[in-house]
Amino acid sequence: MSAPDGQQLAEYRDYLLRYALYRLRDEAAAEEAVQDTLLAALQAKEGFAAQSSVKTWLTGILKHKLIDAQRKLSRDPLQLDERLDEDGSVSDFDSLFDKTGHWGSDGPRTWAHPDAALEQQDFWRVYEECAERMPKRTALVFAMRESLGFEIEEICQNLEITATNCSVLLYRARMSLRLCLEKNWFGQEAR
Amino acid sequence: MKCKDATRLVSEGLDRQLALGERVRLRLHLFICHYCTDFSTQVRFLRRAARRAPRLPKDSG
Repeated sequence: MSAPDGQQLAEYRDYLLRYALYRLRDEAAAEEAVQDTLLAALQAKEGFAAQSSVKTWLTGILKHKLIDAQRKLSRDPLQLDERLDEDGSVSDFDSLFDKTGHWGSDGPRTWAHPDAALEQQDFWRVYEECAERMPKRTALVFAMRESLGFEIEEICQNLEITATNCSVLLYRARMSLRLCLEKNWFGQEAR
Repeated sequence: MKCKDATRLVSEGLDRQLALGERVRLRLHLFICHYCTDFSTQVRFLRRAARRAPRLPKDSG
């Protein structure tokens, strides 16, 4: 299979745009990321390995453009609650634990049929509300790791943070998202 | 091991290979702590959820 030409690349535009929108939720930024992707694809046709599909190849380029775009979107100063202790310790969730460092009365409950929730629209509404409560940078690191599947090293490099900070942000994201879903979805369900 | 430390290790275990000692201590803790066991199941569920979110209403494919 030979490298695709401009015409062929353009056929994937809609797909790429949907993908970018899905991740960025910002139309202008999504458009730009897709333009950059197609441009990069045209300029780097020799980088196209015939064993991968055009779609896979383009998506790969787009993922990198999305990181740049997300970085731009989040380039505002760190919010107060995102500052990190130098030693990587986390105290934000201390209230959940008792004095000895064990779960207090508000420890995790068993969730009934979590995967069934993924099929329910109402669940996604709650999920998005919970996700939006996260500070920007925390949400970005979480999305890069959990939605896009990047490795920690790649995330650190791209956001210029240390591996410790990265792991603290992920911990906070997981703690807060878990708690929010338990309070607003799984806790309700168990009535 | 304290639950607070166990939750950190559970989280880190999703992002890097834990050292043998860490894995052993964590397993022992999870064996006796149903809170942390639930926590561990739930953060793995968050990963499955995040892979599918966010979804745009008009996204059909």
